[in-house]
Amino acid sequence: MSAEQPLVLGIETSCDETGVGIVRGETLLVDAVASSVDDHARFGGVVPEVASRAHLEEMVPTIERACREAGVQLRDLDAISVTSGPGLAGSLMVGVASAKALALSLGIPLYGVNHLASHVAVDIVEHGPLPEPTMALLVSGGHSSLLLVPDVTCDIRSLGSTIDDAAGEAFDKVARVLGLPFPGGPHIDRMARDGQVTIDFPRGLTTGRDMERYRFDFSFSGLKTAVSRWVQAKEAAGEPVPVADVAASFQEAVVDVLTRKAVLACREQGAENLQIGGGVAANSRLRAMAQSRCDAAGIELRVPRPGLCTDNGAMVAALGAQMVVKGRDASRLDLPADSSMPVTQIQN
Amino acid sequence: MLILAIDTSTSAITVALHDGTRAIAQGSHLDARAHTEWLAPLISTCLSDADKQPSDLTGVAFGVGPGPFTGLRVGMVTGLTMGHALGVPVHGVCSLDALAAQAAELVADGELLVATDARRKEVYWARYAVRSGSVERLTEPAVDRPADLPDEVRALPSAGRGPVLYPELFATALPVLDVDAAVLAAVAVARIETGEPMPVEPLYLRRPDALTTAERAARK
Ligand SMILES: [Zn+2]
Repeated sequence: MSAEQPLVLGIETSCDETGVGIVRGETLLVDAVASSVDDHARFGGVVPEVASRAHLEEMVPTIERACREAGVQLRDLDAISVTSGPGLAGSLMVGVASAKALALSLGIPLYGVNHLASHVAVDIVEHGPLPEPTMALLVSGGHSSLLLVPDVTCDIRSLGSTIDDAAGEAFDKVARVLGLPFPGGPHIDRMARDGQVTIDFPRGLTTGRDMERYRFDFSFSGLKTAVSRWVQAKEAAGEPVPVADVAASFQEAVVDVLTRKAVLACREQGAENLQIGGGVAANSRLRAMAQSRCDAAGIELRVPRPGLCTDNGAMVAALGAQMVVKGRDASRLDLPADSSMPVTQIQN
Repeated sequence: MLILAIDTSTSAITVALHDGTRAIAQGSHLDARAHTEWLAPLISTCLSDADKQPSDLTGVAFGVGPGPFTGLRVGMVTGLTMGHALGVPVHGVCSLDALAAQAAELVADGELLVATDARRKEVYWARYAVRSGSVERLTEPAVDRPADLPDEVRALPSAGRGPVLYPELFATALPVLDVDAAVLAAVAVARIETGEPMPVEPLYLRRPDALTTAERAARK
């Protein structure tokens, strides 16, 4: 194998996307994703058993499609990497078992890696090597984390995370309150463009003692409750609910807290770069506010394209390739799926 | 011929290699909670015990359940992926059929029942006829509360963990608890030789445990 340009296939099945990506070193060759999100929309949220069934069905076809589109034969691969946690246990197991089967059949090393670390590593195939350190804000339906990343293959420090709902979860719940479909993020984003920020919703954990105790943590459940009460009061008064304004005001509150804390973290930790990842990174208001606040603070903002921000196999392959390049030990064949793998543990 | 057989539908994580005549290597581990950890190392050990390489395989057979979903999928996706990576055919076997073949060695000609643990106080089950060594499934695999099985079915000699979990409901428990991949391999080899179709669809027998938003609204 080429130590500098290893050909690595990455598998991601931590939630409802069956993702298979292939990279050569720092170059993305293909990112194939089969999403079961439409199956979940009928249930109004991700149903773990529905996701696991879809992973089993889609796993081999997605591997096939990735290889075909990249013009790569499985026997050419140098290594396999796979999300071994955190995530939905039953979903993770499908990907981990499939990755082991590939590594075993092909006689190549296997790397079981952390899903969140992969979200950070994906930017390598988009914008080149990660500055060291990088500050990473990961926001999705499953995570809201602020991470200081001196080295994505071996040193990630958690500065803060949500103490209740994930940011994307708050979008889903507020969308439900406003009668918008699942998943809520894109619908609220679209709706908010037609609205004004007219309501001053609470910014959780941003003042006084909270800023000491929960400096880089987030809380969105109080915000969700505030939106829900505000809407109920309107309805009780027999007045129409200004859905676009509520969406815009809610979104503003979330984005304000995320970007304010992220930029503060960069300043205090001496990071000159901020990277945003996760599904919520596709939010147009988040991108805009992060850009203006980073510009004002002299921080370089890096946001991968939306398809690489949501869960995908390319990010796992990108991290796997870094593990090979940096000479990290491969994982063992008895590698578990660890649904609560801490972000500080980059490899299993 | 060299068939790798896998089953993870019962409490055993079980693998075997079959050369078309007999099982040349096998390995099992009892742990209903750690299929992901154990399966690949068992396959690896099995291959090295037989002094074979993955590329020597001519096919992969695996149990398609019914069985607890999470563990079942580990075996199935492993078999499907290995078949794809090695470019060899994959063959699905109803896991209850393997248990029936194991039990057939213990009974005279007649009928037997296979009833495995489906959790939630239910069993996966099917009824079989044994005639001079050959085993034929008489009913489609089903999932039910054990007390709801017909009396004459529960009276049959019964394999699987159902009779162990509900001893008061089954007359005769056979000492066959979990799938043995060596037997599943033999079932697969026989079917390959007769050209019987062996679909690789999982036998879930239950729909996912969730209501659609439309169903939730209808309940209100
Ligand atoms: Zn994610």
